[in-house]
Amino acid sequence: MSELGTLLAPTVTRLFTDLVTKELIESAEKGAWPDKLWRALEEGGLTLPLVAEAGGGAGGMWVDAHVVVRAAGKHNAPVPLAETIVAGWLLAQAGLEVPLGPLTLAPVREGERLILARTGGSWRLSGTVSGVPWGAAAGHVVVVAEGDGAPIVALVRQGAGRATADRNLALEPRDTLVFDGATVVAAGSAGDHISADGVLVYGAMLRAAQMAGALESLLEQSVRYATERKQFGRPIGNFQAIQHNLAIVAGHVAAAGIAAENAFRAADRGTPVFEVAVAKVRTGEAAGIGAGLAHQAHGAIGFTYEHSLHFSTRRLWSWRAEFGSESRWAARLGQQVAARGAERLWMDLTTS
Amino acid sequence: MSFFHFELRSLPPEAEAFREEVRAFLRQTLGDRASVRRARSWGGFDPEFSRQLGARGWIGLTWPKRYGGQARTFLERYVLLEELLASGAPAGAHWVAERQSGPLLLRFGTEPQRERFLPAIVRGELSFAIGMSEPDSGSDLASIRTRAVRTDGGYVVNGTKVWTSNAHRSQYAIALFRTAVVPDKKHEGLSQFLVDLKSSGITIRPIINLAGSHDFNEVIFQDAFVPDDMRVGGEGDGWKQVTTELAYERSGPERYLSSIALVVELIRAAGASPDPRAAEVIGRLVAQLATLRQMSLSVAGMLQAGQNPNLEAAVVKDVGTTFEQSIPEIVHALLDIEPTINTGTDLQQTLGYLVQRAPSFSLRGGTREVLRGIIARGLGLR
Repeated sequence: MSELGTLLAPTVTRLFTDLVTKELIESAEKGAWPDKLWRALEEGGLTLPLVAEAGGGAGGMWVDAHVVVRAAGKHNAPVPLAETIVAGWLLAQAGLEVPLGPLTLAPVREGERLILARTGGSWRLSGTVSGVPWGAAAGHVVVVAEGDGAPIVALVRQGAGRATADRNLALEPRDTLVFDGATVVAAGSAGDHISADGVLVYGAMLRAAQMAGALESLLEQSVRYATERKQFGRPIGNFQAIQHNLAIVAGHVAAAGIAAENAFRAADRGTPVFEVAVAKVRTGEAAGIGAGLAHQAHGAIGFTYEHSLHFSTRRLWSWRAEFGSESRWAARLGQQVAARGAERLWMDLTTS
Repeated sequence: MSFFHFELRSLPPEAEAFREEVRAFLRQTLGDRASVRRARSWGGFDPEFSRQLGARGWIGLTWPKRYGGQARTFLERYVLLEELLASGAPAGAHWVAERQSGPLLLRFGTEPQRERFLPAIVRGELSFAIGMSEPDSGSDLASIRTRAVRTDGGYVVNGTKVWTSNAHRSQYAIALFRTAVVPDKKHEGLSQFLVDLKSSGITIRPIINLAGSHDFNEVIFQDAFVPDDMRVGGEGDGWKQVTTELAYERSGPERYLSSIALVVELIRAAGASPDPRAAEVIGRLVAQLATLRQMSLSVAGMLQAGQNPNLEAAVVKDVGTTFEQSIPEIVHALLDIEPTINTGTDLQQTLGYLVQRAPSFSLRGGTREVLRGIIARGLGLR
């Protein structure tokens, strides 16, 4: 962890612990925008860790951003913090000014397309994208789309497209946006770092770190419950069956954590496609197994809305499929490895 | 609340430069040997290979120079180990001596013991076996009953050790004996000894494994004499020492790389443009492998920093052995091939070899259940 990351860790933990209460998450699930939380994040300088200080950011690295994103996942922060971090970075990479307020990213799914066309001196955006995190609530949407045959980063204002509200399993906004020659506030060449699927790659990296954070929370909640809950006259954590299940969860938590962090570290060196694929697949697998075993340890109470375990597990079930499922990323990774050949496998593993 | 921490590590440039040296040596020494032979890895016992490695100074790499070591870092040693394992080098003749017997002597041995044994281990001339388990003591190691009773100038040993790998082709073993019976305190009264396996009163009987191979043995002690100067550490300190030794045994990359030869063969069989199903399977395997490597490297970093990553090592071994054990299953699920012994393709033979070895992966060096108990203790559940 860098110096900045070391400073950030206790700050974000305190902020989320204080502000992201059960009541706050529940009100966000009913559709309220947690304005106080967002303002605290902005005032704490946590929303733009990667943007240079001159541009209003913290001037940090991806490994610093990782600390923030993971904590947001761990504490179920119901705001597009992770998305804002990447959106701000994309804008900065394209030499564009980063607006204040929450930003989001438009993933372009299979079968969807965004087109930038130049009319006169300005760009216009057309196309439909679904599952945009806080697509209707965020002040601006950042997209990466083809324009003049090269990837362009473009910024559009909220309301520039038609929004249809939808939500993921955790009731986080995942809206459909329809752009029909929408006005682009600013656009710039994405540069060498960012490919046309840049939003998918960096979005998957975010979800991997958020899942790693949520998995940590699952383990902590499960261990606490197993020490407090008594059956047959003793804490259920005394039973070997429970101990071994939670040991399995611990293994997945450890694996997910290091896989996600490694992707962020790789992003500081270049385009982290290999490491992101590894992280998305590994954290996704951990999410499925970890959520299942955490619920098993909690018994019926964990299956109620009253208990807070589901804030983590419902996020994990959605996040593992967002910005590319495990199967999609695994197939991509497998194709890449196979194309390079069996003999290269170990060499590639030792350089990642 | 944080139960453990796996810090991401990078290898220093000198370690990466060393990697190239090791690779060049292994390419030259192993040539194009088949995957089924590589799959034996540190289970392969080849004294000539170990001597060649020793001649290069690559056994006991981190040990002090006065014992013939190179005083290099744990991270350089890590690179050497992972390259040996990834290439399936037959490193079994020195593996145990380098991994645990030598480090144990460095930590708890006497100066004469170090001077006598370490340089010979470094040269690749001395193989060690581990005398821990007994017929009635497996996972419950502290219940061992083999007695070492004081006599003139040493101890008389009676009892039986089992699952003693390579006892029939090693010169020495480091064994755990009971030197005192302390009622209701089974962890007390244990001591470790250097045992010359050729001494009288010791009988070594083969135990043939399910694949028909002779790797492990039963070692019977009948009034065998072990001199005083062969006791390692203080009398009664055996339990503390043996848990340290087990941490050496559990923390290395051999706990996730046992089936890598089969992964390589699977990728080869899938070809450069695999169908979507094969591509996904390969991708999932690579995601596991890449992650386990980072976890394993993290443990090496903790060792380099002088920490005791016992909990983290148990986590890596549990996750790692589960992974390496799953690979034959995954190959069966993907490909319509039969495992073979002597016929068929390299892939079929590698599958045939590993499918029969896989059950041992989560037994050797502490069963999965023992490891999960250690992890649960780390979580505060016991």
